[in-house]
Amino acid sequence: MSTIALPHEAQAHALHHDDRSFVRKYIFSTDHKIIGIQFLFMSLFFLLVGGLLAMTMRWQLGWPGRPIPGGAILGDAKAPGGVMLPEFYNALVTMHGTFMIFFAIMPLLVGVFANYLIPLQIGAPDMAFPRLNMASFWTAVPAGLMMLASFLVAGGSAGAGWTSYAPLSAVPEYSGVHTGQQLWCLSLIILGFSSLMGAVNYITTVINMRAPGMTWFRLPLPVWALFITAILILLAIPILTGALILLYFDQTIGTTFFLPANGGQPLLWQHMFWFFGHPEVYILILPAMGFVSEILANGARKPIFGYPAMVGAMIAIAFLGWIVWGHHMFMSGMNPVLGGYFMVSTLVIAVPSAIKTFNWLGTLWGGSIRFHVPMLNALAFVSMFVIGGLSGMFVAATPVDIPLHDTYFVVAHIHYVLFGGSLFGIFAAITYWFPKMFGRMMNETLGKIHFFLTFIFFNLTFFPMHLLGIAGMMRRLYDPTQYPHLQPVQPMNEFVSVNAFLLGATQLIFVFNFLWSLFKGRKAETNPWHANTLEWAAPSPPPHGNFEVTPIVYRGPYEYSSPDSPVDYLPQDRPPLERPSPAPTLAPAGN
Amino acid sequence: MERWWMPLPEDVSTFGPRIDSLFFTILWITGIVFVLVEVLLVYYIVKYRAREGRRAIFSHGNTRLEIIWTTATFAIVFFLGLASQPLWYAVKEPARFPRGGLELNVTAKQFEWHVTYPGLDGRFGTADDFEKRNELDIPVGVPVHITLRAEDVIHSFFLPQFRLKQDAVPGMEIPAWFQATKTGEFVLGCAELCGLGHYRMRGRVIVQSQEDFQRWVQQQTQVRTADAAR
Amino acid sequence: MSQAAALTYPDRRPMPGMGVYNMKLGMWVFLLSEVMFFSGLIGSYVILRFAHPTAYPPPGTVLNVPLTAFNTFVLICSSVSMVKAFAAIEAGDQKGLRTFLLATTALGILFLSIQGVEYTKLASEGMLPMASLYHAVGRHGGTAVLGGPLYGATFYTLTGFHGAHVTIGVLCLIFTSIRAFRGRYTQENHGGIEIMGLYWHFVDLVWIILFTIVYLI
Repeated sequence: MSTIALPHEAQAHALHHDDRSFVRKYIFSTDHKIIGIQFLFMSLFFLLVGGLLAMTMRWQLGWPGRPIPGGAILGDAKAPGGVMLPEFYNALVTMHGTFMIFFAIMPLLVGVFANYLIPLQIGAPDMAFPRLNMASFWTAVPAGLMMLASFLVAGGSAGAGWTSYAPLSAVPEYSGVHTGQQLWCLSLIILGFSSLMGAVNYITTVINMRAPGMTWFRLPLPVWALFITAILILLAIPILTGALILLYFDQTIGTTFFLPANGGQPLLWQHMFWFFGHPEVYILILPAMGFVSEILANGARKPIFGYPAMVGAMIAIAFLGWIVWGHHMFMSGMNPVLGGYFMVSTLVIAVPSAIKTFNWLGTLWGGSIRFHVPMLNALAFVSMFVIGGLSGMFVAATPVDIPLHDTYFVVAHIHYVLFGGSLFGIFAAITYWFPKMFGRMMNETLGKIHFFLTFIFFNLTFFPMHLLGIAGMMRRLYDPTQYPHLQPVQPMNEFVSVNAFLLGATQLIFVFNFLWSLFKGRKAETNPWHANTLEWAAPSPPPHGNFEVTPIVYRGPYEYSSPDSPVDYLPQDRPPLERPSPAPTLAPAGN
Repeated sequence: MERWWMPLPEDVSTFGPRIDSLFFTILWITGIVFVLVEVLLVYYIVKYRAREGRRAIFSHGNTRLEIIWTTATFAIVFFLGLASQPLWYAVKEPARFPRGGLELNVTAKQFEWHVTYPGLDGRFGTADDFEKRNELDIPVGVPVHITLRAEDVIHSFFLPQFRLKQDAVPGMEIPAWFQATKTGEFVLGCAELCGLGHYRMRGRVIVQSQEDFQRWVQQQTQVRTADAAR
Repeated sequence: MSQAAALTYPDRRPMPGMGVYNMKLGMWVFLLSEVMFFSGLIGSYVILRFAHPTAYPPPGTVLNVPLTAFNTFVLICSSVSMVKAFAAIEAGDQKGLRTFLLATTALGILFLSIQGVEYTKLASEGMLPMASLYHAVGRHGGTAVLGGPLYGATFYTLTGFHGAHVTIGVLCLIFTSIRAFRGRYTQENHGGIEIMGLYWHFVDLVWIILFTIVYLI
């Protein structure tokens, strides 16, 4: 596949007449932008599915044993008379986690934005392997459908938690789930191939396809973040695939890798899962950090504070991600000496996280802050990520983890990182790049209403979960009122549930704004946010092949309010004017 | 509840107060950092909002600041690690468990806790062993040593009021200990998803005075022998 | 996909990058991922074996080491012929390319056949991955040597996934050979042969590690 001949041919098509058929253009497209948008629709769908599952769970937790309104449609196998059964609750817990992590947040961050942004921000006409890219999307779709279909098979979907600890996940007699548990493995194995194809593509593209002048330290931070993330995916996913294959053999042909019967090791599953799982956690946050850095600099009209420190911190986080997996297993019966080691390595992650947070604050300092919707979401990311990071300190300190492990404190922690962090980052990114993707602006007022309501209800939903966890409420508990020590905090569960429903309802505003703006939004200019990076040099939306001429990069991505520019931004590809000195002197500090 | 704003369960083990005090130490540290960051954030948002005729400062960063906040975070983290390590070993490292006390076998299975008592002779595998289901009777003020096993899937032995949690893994024998400081009835729960009955896999912990406990053991042994004679 | 074109932009400005064309870089990146996949499997083999040593009979008692040593030799030879094929096309020798590609393919098929024979023999002796059917009987001095079911399960998983990789490699070799016979590779443009070689050498390397830890140690 020729990567270089593409721009001329392709642009001739795109600019004059695009004679590709509808199917080649929008369905089996090799254009990285279309593939990114396909991932966007797919993962937003699964985000809604995951949200619905969560709200169904919250009904049971708020009012245990009361029939779900309209719950009769679930059928007698799941909820007789609308009252959900414990096995259905376990299925909800498992599938909420699985859909959100593997089919919503991960594809939203990586599938959508790695595809959409990398070529545009590095000034390339497309990915290194456009057909592989297409295959990546069309592998993810059947994986998602398979996971969705597992609700319909006899015995229901997987119910051993998204972590699928063996032996519960390996032996149908233990979980009560037969086919569903196997479909879960197969679906994630298939999805693994999709992620792998993507990762190979992203890494090759970033290394080899950068426009002239786009040195490593002139890369926009989203590209850095996505590049590091792609490396994590590349190295972590095969570990999960290997573990899933072993688990699948245990389920189907009767091996005993994770069953103690013949000397198999239940803890081996946990080690393999978390060796993948902790890098996965960073796969789910690093890209959002990249987007937020980009948007904060744009909103504050300032260069990002400490660009090299930002890059270094991301590399440090990615590296540390490989040596901390044991902190998910403090209570697992692992050797306590290992626990001591994993505590130290885990606490060290606070350092790069703090570096990032303080640099974001430094970016705001002395800025001239514009509060567009992406900026609001990016600011929410910073403030919520701080809570998620700090609550991590409690569970990283092993003694404090003893009572908090596997309680709602951990649920609160992960949601502050993945919703308060990643999802606000995603909202910021979608609203920021929507004009480039679709050529129209999203509605600003609806965006602000959605932002403020989400911010409020998010906190009202998830902050009390810290307290529930401190009170000793275990995770994945079908009916908390069974425990005498949890009866006094049941009103808090009701409060959380009410706010969870309001949070869910608020998302309809986003859905409406998204769909309405697709067709009726104000037409977007080429560079509506007055940004510096290369994607804003291409038309909105960019044609197949992206750039009319290959851009040449003269400076770093965040030269906002530079004294060299009459306006408060200075695009990366604008040739230096009336300056005798060559471009390199304009490179960011620390380059 | 002494702290109305913090719904910590009652704290009735010897190491419980140490865990809680570390919890509050971390709460203080993180609380200060939290307030600092959020106040700065809001202050900057208000102070540096876009206004006519003012241009943002053109700055790419400050190496000295980077060094300061990196070192400061390192110091805090180092202190936390230092403060946590001894307590962690005291609770979890078998070599540092206190000597003596009561030995119990706890076996978890879907969805019950089976507690085996060594009986009057203090040895397992003898005729006066007896078993309790979903009930853990212990004396106050004496270290209780538990050997945790699981028959089917992974369970987690969770005593919220004693600040103790330990997974029970099939194929493994995992030691744990705690010592009660107060008599009364407390909660035993399962903290690891173990199947559809996970939510009802609960038991009671009954802490009695040492004399009452001795009497109870005698009584149970008699019941056991009487049963055997029948 | 010419090598030269991938390294410069249409206006002949050099492109930033590794100086390696996309397909080759992509293959290297993909192989890193494969390293992790086999590391995961090998790691779990090591952990399971250490945790339960009695399930693993001494080397050479159940498995036919001389046969597999020969098979290892076959695979190494195939790597050599793959190198020869690449060297041939570098020199513009079409005939050499075709000959050595066919030789590599044939050696790959021979490897798989011998492994098939080995599997059949072992299965007939009762060494199966399923725990319930496992009853391995070794041939150590006339006395039966029994490993545990984990032995069978880990053996087939490790060697089986390697075998699957060889199978995919053989299919790619057949595809590459067809293209070679149609004259698709030239002295200037033969990236396909190079990345085929990278994959094949990797599979070979993995086998040497597997042979060592599964058969010899």
